[in-house]
Amino acid sequence: MSRTRKPIPGVDPKLLIKDAAKLLPEPSRRFFLRGAASLGALAVLTGCDIVDGDTSEHALRVISRMNDRVQAWLFNPNTLAPEYPESMITRPFPFNAYYSRDEAPDVDGDTYQLEIGGLVDNKKSWTLAELRQLPEVSQITRHVCVEGWSAIGSWQGVRLSDFLKLIGTDTRAKYVWFQCAEGYSNTIDMPTALHPQTQLTLKFDHQTLPRDYGFPIKIRIPTKLGFKNPKYVTAMWVQNNDAGGYWENQGYNWFSGL
Amino acid sequence: MTIEATANAPAVPDAATTRPVIHPLWVRVTHWINALAMLIMIGSGWQIYDAAPLFGFEFPTQIALGNWLAGALLWHFAAMWLLVINGVVYLVLGIATGRFRRKLFPIRPSEVVRDLFAALRGKLSHDDLTVYNAVQKLLYVGILLTGVVIVLSGLSIWKPVQFQSLTSFFGGYNTARYVHFGAMTAIVTFLVVHVALAILVPKSLRAMIIGR
Repeated sequence: MSRTRKPIPGVDPKLLIKDAAKLLPEPSRRFFLRGAASLGALAVLTGCDIVDGDTSEHALRVISRMNDRVQAWLFNPNTLAPEYPESMITRPFPFNAYYSRDEAPDVDGDTYQLEIGGLVDNKKSWTLAELRQLPEVSQITRHVCVEGWSAIGSWQGVRLSDFLKLIGTDTRAKYVWFQCAEGYSNTIDMPTALHPQTQLTLKFDHQTLPRDYGFPIKIRIPTKLGFKNPKYVTAMWVQNNDAGGYWENQGYNWFSGL
Repeated sequence: MTIEATANAPAVPDAATTRPVIHPLWVRVTHWINALAMLIMIGSGWQIYDAAPLFGFEFPTQIALGNWLAGALLWHFAAMWLLVINGVVYLVLGIATGRFRRKLFPIRPSEVVRDLFAALRGKLSHDDLTVYNAVQKLLYVGILLTGVVIVLSGLSIWKPVQFQSLTSFFGGYNTARYVHFGAMTAIVTFLVVHVALAILVPKSLRAMIIGR
């Protein structure tokens, strides 16, 4: 499968390059096992220095992969995330990203096309007008950030499992990979992609999805942490290899299920 | 060890082996594994807290573990296995061997009051470490229950969809975060007193290392 990218309609290529640079992990973040007072206590207690070097970082990542498997096992495809009344919607719903508000991608909805690739029968791209004609589902669910805070939002769009069926997806494939306008990316497991509440979101609170929340398309997944809910989505690939993701590659847990 | 040293070993056991066993091996092993797991959980938990503080303060990164949020989460979700598996082994053995029943019960309010005043006047006896005073019993039972609360509230924050009944039991996702923090505060407070008293009564520390 080719990953060579054609220019994406409606996306400023310069913005893409600028943000791709951010994909490189910052040096300061590489040494998250470095000394701290509690680590000193640990070293004394265990009589060995387990907190230094690549070995322990590697061990922690191995355990994180094990936690992925545990979470995939815990994930019940029939368990729905709790839904809330409109009165409980968090207003204003927070803008959240690793860049500031005015740096957020400004995608031209008129020329936008959702690119489709990988293990699907119909790889035709979709315009916003075409996507808006598909049956709409709605949810008011809690967005839980990896940082710990949460906010309740109202999202409308196409049920992703319906869309995947519509384009003839081979649902035996293991992953669905999303590419975003700013260079962000995300891979999710197929069982989560097929969960009834996983949504190809076109609206927030019954209005066209604002730029702040990911215009033109966000993938809303109430069974996963916020960073596994990509915004400004420009392409979707169904595949068997794990292409990772922006935060996952820097050490956040891959599955990050709720 | 050389053959001579073995031959010269006293035929009569010394005091270190004649004193009664206070803590059997399984208690000592689970105690120290728990101490390690707790230090990792508390240190990384402080770093995680800093990403979205519940109150108007943050923990200094120097005393937290993980250096940044992702590192702290990796530590937290690795050490949780150590904490929970070790904790379950401890609870099962504590119940199965009858140790909890013998050592921790009954707790009589009148004895708690009596021993609390004795402790504050510095007149509590530590001659027989095999018997816990009433304040000790109350605090040990309390900390075991707090351990259960911190694990369950942690589970309800980690999996508010899959374990949503548990999350509701703790008053929902946001309240569960406060419960988790409150349990941590109780444990750290216990830890400070526990370590201070172990230093004041050094033979209690010796007993937790060599058993006697």
